[in-house]
Amino acid sequence: MDLSLSDEQKQLQEQAERFVRDKYAFDARRKIAATERGWLPENWQQFAELGWLGMSFSEEDGGYGGGPIETMIVMEQFGKGLVLEPFLPTVVLGGGMIARAGTKAQKDALLPPMIEGKKQFALAWLERQSRYNLADVSLKATKEGAGWSLSGHKGVVYNAASADHIIVLARTAGSAREPKGLTLFIVDGKAKGLSRRDYPTQDSLRASELTFDKVSVGADAVLGKVDEGFSVVEDGVDRAIVALCAEATGCMDAINAATLEYIKTRKQFGVAIGKFQVLQHRMVDCFTNAQEARSMTLMASLKIDDKDATVRAKAASGAKVQIGKSGKFCGQSAVQMHGGMGVTDELSVSHYFKRLTMIDLMFGNQQHHLTRYSNLAMAA
Amino acid sequence: MDLALKPEHKAFSDEVRDFTRKNLSPATKEKTFSGKHYDRADHMVWQQALGKKGWLAYTWPKKFGGPGWDVTQRFLFENVLAEEGAPRILPFGPKMVGPVIYTFGNEEQKARFLPGIRESTVSWCQGYSEPGAGSDLANLRAKAERDGDHYVVNGQKTWTSYAHWGDWIFCLVRTGASAKPQEGISFLLIDMKTPGVTVRPIIMLDGAHAVNDVFLDNVRVPVANLIGKENEGWTCAKFLLANERLGIAEVPSSKRGVSMLRTISEDPSMAEKIADVDLQVQALEMSELRALSTMALGGAPGPEASILKVRGSEIQQRIAELAMEACGEYAAPNQPGMLFQDTNETPIGPDHAPPAAPRYFNMRKTTIYGGSTEVQKNIVSKAILGL
Repeated sequence: MDLSLSDEQKQLQEQAERFVRDKYAFDARRKIAATERGWLPENWQQFAELGWLGMSFSEEDGGYGGGPIETMIVMEQFGKGLVLEPFLPTVVLGGGMIARAGTKAQKDALLPPMIEGKKQFALAWLERQSRYNLADVSLKATKEGAGWSLSGHKGVVYNAASADHIIVLARTAGSAREPKGLTLFIVDGKAKGLSRRDYPTQDSLRASELTFDKVSVGADAVLGKVDEGFSVVEDGVDRAIVALCAEATGCMDAINAATLEYIKTRKQFGVAIGKFQVLQHRMVDCFTNAQEARSMTLMASLKIDDKDATVRAKAASGAKVQIGKSGKFCGQSAVQMHGGMGVTDELSVSHYFKRLTMIDLMFGNQQHHLTRYSNLAMAA
Repeated sequence: MDLALKPEHKAFSDEVRDFTRKNLSPATKEKTFSGKHYDRADHMVWQQALGKKGWLAYTWPKKFGGPGWDVTQRFLFENVLAEEGAPRILPFGPKMVGPVIYTFGNEEQKARFLPGIRESTVSWCQGYSEPGAGSDLANLRAKAERDGDHYVVNGQKTWTSYAHWGDWIFCLVRTGASAKPQEGISFLLIDMKTPGVTVRPIIMLDGAHAVNDVFLDNVRVPVANLIGKENEGWTCAKFLLANERLGIAEVPSSKRGVSMLRTISEDPSMAEKIADVDLQVQALEMSELRALSTMALGGAPGPEASILKVRGSEIQQRIAELAMEACGEYAAPNQPGMLFQDTNETPIGPDHAPPAAPRYFNMRKTTIYGGSTEVQKNIVSKAILGL
């Protein structure tokens, strides 16, 4: 048991801190969010040069042999800066799923270019009716010669507009909500028959509604095995959850720091409002919540490479429960303690609040994961 | 970074488990799992067995006779003991006064007091709180006046846990007048057999006798029993309180509590409540491990230990609350005989019901003792957040 960062990991942390400090000041972020893509290619290229896009991949896949702790370190800093570049959909979800489930040909074709910063990915799993049920999939893939034809709808697909390839969860067999009979396909982002409605999200990211109208793909587009895509996507999402939790801890640190600073300087009744015990105790509760979030994220990051899928699932769900709870507490408290300023667009606090709120909703909220964890714990 | 245990740590766990199974009395163990109260012998026999093995003062460095264990070993030791149903080690000697003596005491004091603590041949209690000094501990009034090579102590201590079992008491007493209440306090060791020391039981809301008033009436204490410098006892007091807060997070027993909850509750509406507290325990455990791993790099636990105390105590209360909730109306029958004595009485309701409500009532103390939740938050607010 060892909970200290290695020297390389500490360097990575400093590097990521520096990037956020240099490139993600509040006004700079506003400008990035207002660009057409919603993120900056020069930043993405810098990620590639710093080795961040390949750090969590094995050397056979063209990466640098790191793992979930490296992802955690970088995501935490991204959370502090509310970084907009699509690291989660491209590297953690897309790249991670290809590395774990892809054929050699798929990996050779997709991973080295991703690591060089030349390819981006998106995961399309959600549909209008799915809510948090990963198996609730009706987009259909039917056999068409040697390949497949995809028709149906996918929603809130983050980074779809920038993605060179979209990984699509489709039904190839079975009934509406059955985990069995789902297959993942790697689809060209500009494929014929694929249309997009792009939009910004509440937290200034970019997502799209996708319509598939007889989109043809070859047999080599299947990621993993036909009809057995569910466990791949579930595992991919669990890993993405852990990375997302790290981002949330960074958000909480930042929103707490901003609030602490505010209550030390804002004066009412002739004193800094931080002199009032009722605010002091609420601030301590924020601090405690962030500590617990960090602890659960660290534990999940240490367990998410476990051989046992149940251990991984419990770790991800457990951390997501904590993040949901702590994120809501820190976000709502920060807004409250900022008073009227907290509900403006002018300070960073509302932007962190929005991101923390969206993080809770992503891949299943606190209640969803509490139920999932509870069922897994009872089954054990 | 990883959570994996090295083979030598697995072997260590096995050794601790094996030792506990051989040395912990089955009757004591049964009391743990059925929620009965321990008597003095339950604690002493077990602690002396640990002492003989050199494991009682398990947080101490080697040079003071501790085993010199690393963070992982301490963690495993505490967990195995809790899983096996051992009573918690009474902290007053090995976790409280012991470290104060080896940190602030002179050589003679170390030689005189440390062996009895390590071997649990001398039992200790803590004379901190007074009727007028609860959360505001620095307001204490018990007075020690110098008379030759003695102090003459007068005053009253209260909430003194296990004073009725104690051979010695470590006390905070006022030795000097000063503008700041924290100055002018000294840390004094008093033999409970000294004339003028009187113990009066305080019965708690669950019927248990664990705490007492201790009256000090012209008690003559040799100056040689002063730890550290006169009027600088607050330094020892703060050092001890920070250590105490770490210990009272009580993670291993809360883990045991969660697994017991899963065995007694069949109501599906309880499952998610149990899952929720289970996750709270995990977050606390990881926070404690992070704090310990920082401490392993040197230094005493800082104010962040306050957070662990706050959360640990809330979690203990929540587990007790759920255990009572699981009993439904069968938490109502009051069967004190089943908790305090060996009897042939049978439970009126389910086996787990008799201790459920008393434990819920009793556990409300956890957010009050060792510095109340509100005081802890004041400490964090000042020391960490700079408010």
